[in-house]
Amino acid sequence: MNKIVSKEYLSPNVVKFEVEAPLIAKARRAGHFVIVRVGEKGERIPLTIAAADTEKGTITLIVQKIGLSTSKLCELNEGDCITDLVGPLGKATHIENFGTVVCACGGVGTAPMLPIAEAMKKAGNHVITVLAARTKELIILEEQIRKFSDEVIIMTDDGSYGNKGLVTDGVEMVLKRQKVDLCVTIGPAIMMKFVSELTKKYNIPTVASLNTIMVDGTGMCGACRISVGGKTKFVCVDGPEFDAHQVDFDEMLIRLNGYKDIEREQLHKISPNS
Amino acid sequence: MQPWRVELRNSMKPKDRLAIPRVKMPELDPEYRSHTMKEEVNLGLTPEMALMESKRCIDCANPTCVQGCPVSINIPKFIKNIERGEFLEAAKTLKETSVLPAVCGRVCPQEKQCEAQCIHLKTKNEAVAIGYLERFAADYERDTGNISIPEMAAPLHKKVAAVGSGPAGLAFAGDMAKMGYEVVLFEALHEIGGVLRYGIPEFRLPNKIVDAEIRNLIAMGVHFVTNCIIGKTITIDDLLAEDYKGIFIGSGAGLPRFMNIKGENLVGIMSSNEYLTRVNLMDAANPESDTPVIKGKKVAVIGGGNTAMDAVRTARRLGAEKAMIVYRRTEEEMPARIEEIKHAKEEGIEFMTLRNPIEYYGDKNGRVTHMLLQVMELGEPDASGRRSPVEVKGKTELVEVDEVIVSVGVSPNPLIPQSVKGLEVTSRGTLVVNEETMQTSIPYIFAGGDIVRGGATVILAMGDGRKAAKGMNEWIMKQNS
Repeated sequence: MNKIVSKEYLSPNVVKFEVEAPLIAKARRAGHFVIVRVGEKGERIPLTIAAADTEKGTITLIVQKIGLSTSKLCELNEGDCITDLVGPLGKATHIENFGTVVCACGGVGTAPMLPIAEAMKKAGNHVITVLAARTKELIILEEQIRKFSDEVIIMTDDGSYGNKGLVTDGVEMVLKRQKVDLCVTIGPAIMMKFVSELTKKYNIPTVASLNTIMVDGTGMCGACRISVGGKTKFVCVDGPEFDAHQVDFDEMLIRLNGYKDIEREQLHKISPNS
Repeated sequence: MQPWRVELRNSMKPKDRLAIPRVKMPELDPEYRSHTMKEEVNLGLTPEMALMESKRCIDCANPTCVQGCPVSINIPKFIKNIERGEFLEAAKTLKETSVLPAVCGRVCPQEKQCEAQCIHLKTKNEAVAIGYLERFAADYERDTGNISIPEMAAPLHKKVAAVGSGPAGLAFAGDMAKMGYEVVLFEALHEIGGVLRYGIPEFRLPNKIVDAEIRNLIAMGVHFVTNCIIGKTITIDDLLAEDYKGIFIGSGAGLPRFMNIKGENLVGIMSSNEYLTRVNLMDAANPESDTPVIKGKKVAVIGGGNTAMDAVRTARRLGAEKAMIVYRRTEEEMPARIEEIKHAKEEGIEFMTLRNPIEYYGDKNGRVTHMLLQVMELGEPDASGRRSPVEVKGKTELVEVDEVIVSVGVSPNPLIPQSVKGLEVTSRGTLVVNEETMQTSIPYIFAGGDIVRGGATVILAMGDGRKAAKGMNEWIMKQNS
C-alpha cells in the first residue's frame, strides 16, 4: 500500500504529499507521472511526480484541489494510504545541454517543473525560471526551484510579490535581453497556449507538459488525445511533453472541459466537514 | 471408453437423440433489460434443460468439436457427465483444460468453433448447444459451492511471471500452476481480469463470475500484483534478477484506433475502450462512483464487432433514446456474434449499415452535434475475403448525435515492445512468436493473446496462454538438463 508519510499545505488549496512508493521512486525520471485513485469508488487521475527519494522510497506529489477527486485526495492525512498508485508513466523529459533554458511555470505547474529544472541544471544548462501566480500566497516551491535555477523571476498578477504581470511578461523580458535555446512550460493550458504563442514569435523551441483527462494512463482509452501538428497523439504514451508550437491548445482547452458539467454535479459528494 | 459412457451411448438411439429440438436459452425480456445495467441477458439453462440438451449429443466416434476448441476441452466427456447427472464431474472435465469455463460458456463464439464442427450440422440438424452446457456445468459447480481445484503437480520451486491479467495471462497462469510452478501475475490496472473486467459489460459477463474464476486461481497458488507495469514500474531485467525463469507477455491490445477524420476530437466522441472502461471498470453509471460518463440521448457506435455491440447496448441501458450501429458493410459481413446482433436488435438498436462517417460537427462548446455519413455499397472481395465497401459518389447523410463511440479496432499496447530491447515486433506492432511454442525472439519471453494477434477473442487468447505454458515448461526443463 502507498502510505502517506508527510503532508504539508503549500498554499490554501495546494497540498504536498510524500508517499511510500519505492519501486516508482527508483524508476521515475523527470517528466514522468503517476495515476492515483482514492477510495473504492474513486476515479483514476494523473499527477506528475515532483520529486523522489530513492533512499526513503518515497515520491512527492503536489496536488491542487480543483474537483472531486483532487479534493478527496487532499483530505487524506499522514499515515493514510492512497488506494491505488501506479507508474511511472509517460515518456521522460528529453534532457541535454541545450545552453540556456527558460522554465516558465504557473501555479501548481511549478511542481512538475522542479525535476525538469533539476535535470536541466545538472546537464549543464543555464536555467532561468519564471515563476508565476495570481498572488503572493500562491507562489509555491520558490526555495526548491531556486536551488536548480541560475535566476528566478517571480511574476504575480496583482504585483503582491516580484514583478507585476503574467508569466508571458516575465518570459518576454528574458527573450528580449538574451539568447535562449529552449523554453519549457508547465501550467494551466491557457497559460501554456500564450507562452507558446510568445516563443513562436521569437522562434524559440518550446516544450509543453500537458495534463489532460485520463482514465487508464497506459494508452488504452484515448481520453487524453490531442492534436499535435494535425495528428492525434495520446498524452499518456506519446507525451506528456510535446513541441508546444505544434499543439492545438484550443482543442485541448475544449476537451479539458468535456466533463465539467458532470463534475460540478458531483462535488456534493465531498464530505461537508472538509 | 469407460463402461458408463458405452452404456449411456447405447441407452438411446441416435435417431431419437436427433429428434430432440435444440434448447433455447432463456433470456431477460428485451424491454426490461434495455433499462437495467447489470442484469445478465442470458439466464442459463435449468438442470432439466441441460439434461435434455445433453441427450442430443450422440457421443460420436470422431468428436471434431474438440478440434474446434482452442483449449481442447474434452467436450463429449463433459456433456455425457451432464447426461448421467454428474454435473460436478462435468465441471471438473472442463477445468482439465480451461481455467475460465464460466467465462467461456458466456463469451466464446461457439458457433464458429466447437459447435461449427458438430456432426449434427452434416445431417442438416442444429449443433448441440455446447456453449450453453459449458456455462451450465461451470455455474452449477460455483452456485452449489463445490468448486474443485484441479490436480496439482508437486512444487518445482521455480518462479515464472505473467504480464497482464486478461484471458491469455490467466490461462497461462492456471496451466503453469498446475505444473508446479510458482506463478506471479502482474497487472497494470487496479483490478484483475483485463478485458473481462474493463471491456465486456456485466449484462454479458457479470463481475462475480470473473471474481469466482480468479479466486479459483488464487486457491491454486497464483499470486496477483496489481498497479504494476512491467517495463515501467519494474523492468524485465528486474524480474530476471529476482530469479524468474520465464516471462509470459499477455499485455493485450492497448491502443484504440481512430479514423482520423475531421471533428473526431470533439467532446462526446470517444473510443469504445474509454466508454466501456468508464462504465465497466470504473462503474461510472453508478451514482456512487466518482468517474463521470456522458449519457448521450442520440448515440452512434461506429463499427460492427462484438465490442461495438457491447458499447451500443451499454448506451441504450444508460438512457439513449436512439442508439445506432454505423457499419460500412452489411450485416452479413459484421464480425460480431450473431447472438450479440440479435440481442442488440431486440433491445431497439438501429442498424445503419453501408454507412461510414466522414466528418463530425460540433456546437460552440466543442460538443458533437452531427455526423456526416457517406453511403456505401459492396464491391469486390478484399484481402479478408469479405466484399469491400465502396463509396456511392455524392451520396451522404447528416445525422444528429450527441455522443459517438468509435469501435473500429485496436492496436497492440506499445509499452512492452518499447521497453524491452531485442524483442522482434511486426510492422503492426505485434510480437513475433513461434506459433507452436509462443516463444518470442528472446528465449525466456513467451507471448500470446492480442499482443500477438492484434485483436481477437477471449478464447483464442486463452488458447495462446495454454500453448505458451506448454512451450515455456519444455524450454525451462531443457535449460536444466
